[in-house]
Amino acid sequence: MTKTLRYLRPYTGGLVLALITKIAGSAAELVLPFILSHIIDDLTPVKDTTGIYIMGGVMLLFALIALGGNICANRLSAKVAGKMTHDIRYDLFKKTSYLKCRQVDEVTVPSLISRLTSDTYYVNQMVARTMRMGVRAPILLLGGLIFCFLLNVKLALVLLAVVPVVAVPMWLITRKSIPMYMAVQRRGDNMVRSVQEDITGIRVIKALSKTEYENGKFDGVAGDLASTEFKAQRIMSLTNPLTSLILNLGLVGVIVAGAFLSSEPGDITGFLTYFTIVLNAMLGISKIFVIISRGAASSERIEQVLDLDEREEIEDCPEGDSRYAIQFKDVNFSYNGKEDNLRGVSFALEHGRSLGIIGATGCGKSTVINLLMRFYDVESGAVYVNGKDVRSVPADELRRKFGAVFQNDFLMAASVRENIDYGRGLSEGQIECAAECAQAKEFIDGLPGGLNYDLAQKAGNLSGGQKQRLLVARALAGDPEFIVLDDSSSALDYATDAKLRRALAHDYADATKVIVAQRVSSVKNCDLIIVLDDGEISGMGTHGQLLSSCEEYRAIARTQMGVAV
Amino acid sequence: MRREGNVRDTRTFERRKVSVKYIAVNLGRYLRPYAVLFVLIFFASLAGTALSLLGPQVCGLAIDEIHPDGTTDLTQIGVYAAVLVAVYIASGVLTYLSSIGLSYLSRCIIKRIRTDIFAHLMSLPVSYFDTRQAGDIISVLSYDLDTLGESLANDVMMVLTSAVTIVGSLVMMLVTAPILVVVFVVTIPLSALFTWWLTKKVQPLFRNRSRKLGELNGFIEEIITGQKTTKAYNCEEAVISRFEKKNVDAIDAYTVAESYGTISGPAVNFMNNLSLALISVFGAIMYMTGVIPTVGKIASFVLYSRKFSGPINEIANVLSEFQSALAAAERAFRVMEELPEPPDDKDAEELKDVQGDVEISHLRFGYTPDKVIIKDFSLKAERGDVVAIVGHTGAGKTTIINLLMRFYDADSGTIKIDGKDITKVTRASLRRSFTMVLQDTWLFSGTIYENVAYGSENVTREDVERVCRAAKIHSFISKLPQGYDTVLTDNAVNISKGQKQLLTIARAMLLSSPMLILDEATSNVDTRTEQYIQQAMENLMQGRTCFVIAHRLSTIKHAKTIIVMDHGDVVEQGTHEELMARGGYYSRLYYSQFDTAE
Repeated sequence: MTKTLRYLRPYTGGLVLALITKIAGSAAELVLPFILSHIIDDLTPVKDTTGIYIMGGVMLLFALIALGGNICANRLSAKVAGKMTHDIRYDLFKKTSYLKCRQVDEVTVPSLISRLTSDTYYVNQMVARTMRMGVRAPILLLGGLIFCFLLNVKLALVLLAVVPVVAVPMWLITRKSIPMYMAVQRRGDNMVRSVQEDITGIRVIKALSKTEYENGKFDGVAGDLASTEFKAQRIMSLTNPLTSLILNLGLVGVIVAGAFLSSEPGDITGFLTYFTIVLNAMLGISKIFVIISRGAASSERIEQVLDLDEREEIEDCPEGDSRYAIQFKDVNFSYNGKEDNLRGVSFALEHGRSLGIIGATGCGKSTVINLLMRFYDVESGAVYVNGKDVRSVPADELRRKFGAVFQNDFLMAASVRENIDYGRGLSEGQIECAAECAQAKEFIDGLPGGLNYDLAQKAGNLSGGQKQRLLVARALAGDPEFIVLDDSSSALDYATDAKLRRALAHDYADATKVIVAQRVSSVKNCDLIIVLDDGEISGMGTHGQLLSSCEEYRAIARTQMGVAV
Repeated sequence: MRREGNVRDTRTFERRKVSVKYIAVNLGRYLRPYAVLFVLIFFASLAGTALSLLGPQVCGLAIDEIHPDGTTDLTQIGVYAAVLVAVYIASGVLTYLSSIGLSYLSRCIIKRIRTDIFAHLMSLPVSYFDTRQAGDIISVLSYDLDTLGESLANDVMMVLTSAVTIVGSLVMMLVTAPILVVVFVVTIPLSALFTWWLTKKVQPLFRNRSRKLGELNGFIEEIITGQKTTKAYNCEEAVISRFEKKNVDAIDAYTVAESYGTISGPAVNFMNNLSLALISVFGAIMYMTGVIPTVGKIASFVLYSRKFSGPINEIANVLSEFQSALAAAERAFRVMEELPEPPDDKDAEELKDVQGDVEISHLRFGYTPDKVIIKDFSLKAERGDVVAIVGHTGAGKTTIINLLMRFYDADSGTIKIDGKDITKVTRASLRRSFTMVLQDTWLFSGTIYENVAYGSENVTREDVERVCRAAKIHSFISKLPQGYDTVLTDNAVNISKGQKQLLTIARAMLLSSPMLILDEATSNVDTRTEQYIQQAMENLMQGRTCFVIAHRLSTIKHAKTIIVMDHGDVVEQGTHEELMARGGYYSRLYYSQFDTAE
């Protein structure tokens, strides 16, 4: 947690000021019952009316100090916690944006998202609440005890004896409740998942008349959730009555002791008030416990990401053949270090030519792209772009040459223009030109607002084909040296797909193209086609050559085109 | 306890007046079975609170018995102490019992509402789900019901005990020292006024805060998912600066809301302290003038006053939580008002021993009245025929399937199966006579075996393995450590889209319906595997009436009828040869797959 707490350092001033005002405010509050017993024990018996009024005024003054101090401290703590959260979120987001793909794989995308959203939220809660209550509660507890000692040492000892008796069960309850809380969380996730599942599968469920069955299943899931929640609640609900009970019993102890010791009634009255304060402080501390333990877990998760080293190493590597735009030399690669995803892949492509990659799902087509653009580094062998090993060039310099569409690529909730431009500051002409070539112009013009039309999250307001065309437009808009299209026309019908290919060949004749596809028709005009089979090249050549030399390619062509070619 | 997911609830709620009566009636229905329990809880909490109120009274009495000069009657104190211990223990036990009682009650009720809403959802027509975001429906079932449950378990308890405490301590204060109650004439209106002002001020601020946080979280989710693209275009800087703007917005909204929101704590304490000061001074004066007989009375009064002012502010806080609970309850109950699929006709018959002859005549349909998707569509197919539907995405191909299965009903025209109008037979029997394999494969979290056997009755392990072999997925499954008992979850097994589709094909093979619908059934299967399973697919189609939607025209060349759709219209209809000879839309579509660039 130290690293997270270091984010507080720039705000030390505010933090200290908040602490001081908080302490002052809480201390002022503590004096009140003391004055009360002074009024009752010392002033009332001697009928000192003026004294009583003065003391009343003093009480009011202290109450005001408490009010001002606490409000001030709370505002300061909101500000400090807010600024700190902002800084953590900023650094975390920045770090995440630059993480290497392999690191993202390790942490996983959903986990990164929840670290940025939920975990930063809990750290914020931890800081804000601890500053508000975490300071106040111990001060009230400690101060309450001190004042008790000032009032009457022997009675205070009784009270002091009660504190650990309260602390132990509270600690036990908190410790037990955290895993239960997590269990509830899991059951809740289960419930949400089964609803999600059944909503997406509603057609299948209705078609197979499984409604009753699904209802029964859901009943089980919901029941499970309810009983887990109840189990957790049963323990958590103990806290309040139990602490009250123990402290109240302590109170009885004080009265009995007071009777034995023949104490002043005013002392006992003062005690009663401090008791309430101490009790509330104890409850506050137990809440802080839960918040801190959860915040600590969250900051742990945040620090894990912040500690990752995302820098790409630039190595000195021998140069390759500069005649080729792209060259793979005996490349081996594995994502998890166990099974090979690419084995002995070698090929070379001249400038301005086009490369087609075809093969079954999971055969390593996208992996070739990942290595080419250096999202991952090869295990052995080398990848050259324009004759230079990709490991010897800074990643941004390398990637700037590319315009790419990935499998399941994403569009953000922003205007069509912003999605094509994607932060590169392109000219209007470049954007329109790219949209036209990508066969996207027609539908964009049909949208209300044209290029200014706002996409919904995950571009939910576009069809699959429209999304793909927009992504292609994005890839083309920067006039890249290399165009990479990974499965970017699968949702297009054959006619549009053909038009797109024609436009690409015509408008971007100089660019080197890499096209990954499942359809033969998408790659058949490429200058070089690679057939991948389980990470190995099983055929290489032009469409015509492959038809005669590669059995695998022939088979694919036959099923897809249904003609004897 | 509110679950963590709530942090990321990003819906923006429209603000409207909730009908309390409407909610009360609905909630009342669910409460009724627990009426006895509820009454018990009510009295337990009443008694618990009342007992705890007795405490200070007894304390006061005990304190009055204590004489510093050493003449204290210790037996008397002992009696008081015993009474106090008994009172506090009883009060503690009753409070605990009533709080877990209420928690049990609310879990039971929420569980019932939850399962009822779910069952109702399952009875709703498909159009309900087609026109809504799944996330919104899920929010009702999770977030809204959690909020309601929380409110039932805690807020109700809070209001209950607070009310008892307020009334009780007021009574006790009146009994102890009626004159001192005058103090509250000053403090209560002050509190009330302040709370009213603060709530009005703070509520919109907090709504804004949640909205901004939701926007930020949405942005994060989006960008992190597309991280590779960001890298590819080197636009980390641009993305970070977009993020920064949203981050600052969220923090600003947070700071403002929090600054105002956190006033309430100190303010409440101030009111309490103010009362304490007033009571001390006033009480002391009254004691001197003899209006209040003993110092013990002032002590008890101080304790009661602490109990008294706390709940008033708490009730104010709870009221605003009630507001959101009511809104949540309303959204939940509104779902149950959605009209389910209209029931089958009274004299609807079961579709039995279906031959699979389908006759569609003059069908007309639109999802909305102003946009007709299918204008005038007729078709005749006999058992064993293959009917192919081709056309661009969004041309209306899936609509025909929706009408055949009665997920939607046609505006006019009829569909007959074996000569029977499908609106005159039961939906369940109609749907059972079809088997579907859809482009969007649907698997649920369960074992592979359960997923394949889904929908079939009396299937053995051997049956499942047989179809999996035929669908060329058996060897993959056997290689998994748990084999057919492998549980499919979102992230556990690395199973590809193609393999998922093979599983649904295997599922379809187990079902022996006379009619088959293949909607892009092999779109995610790679070509080589598609070849492997071709035989199996042919067996699957053998002897059934098949409706096939496909991109790849090679798969449907031999269909009895090919229906070509464009912009919701059937533009051509015929066999492959006829359509090719015509040289129209279909032939253009067909040739475009061999299109050569340049």
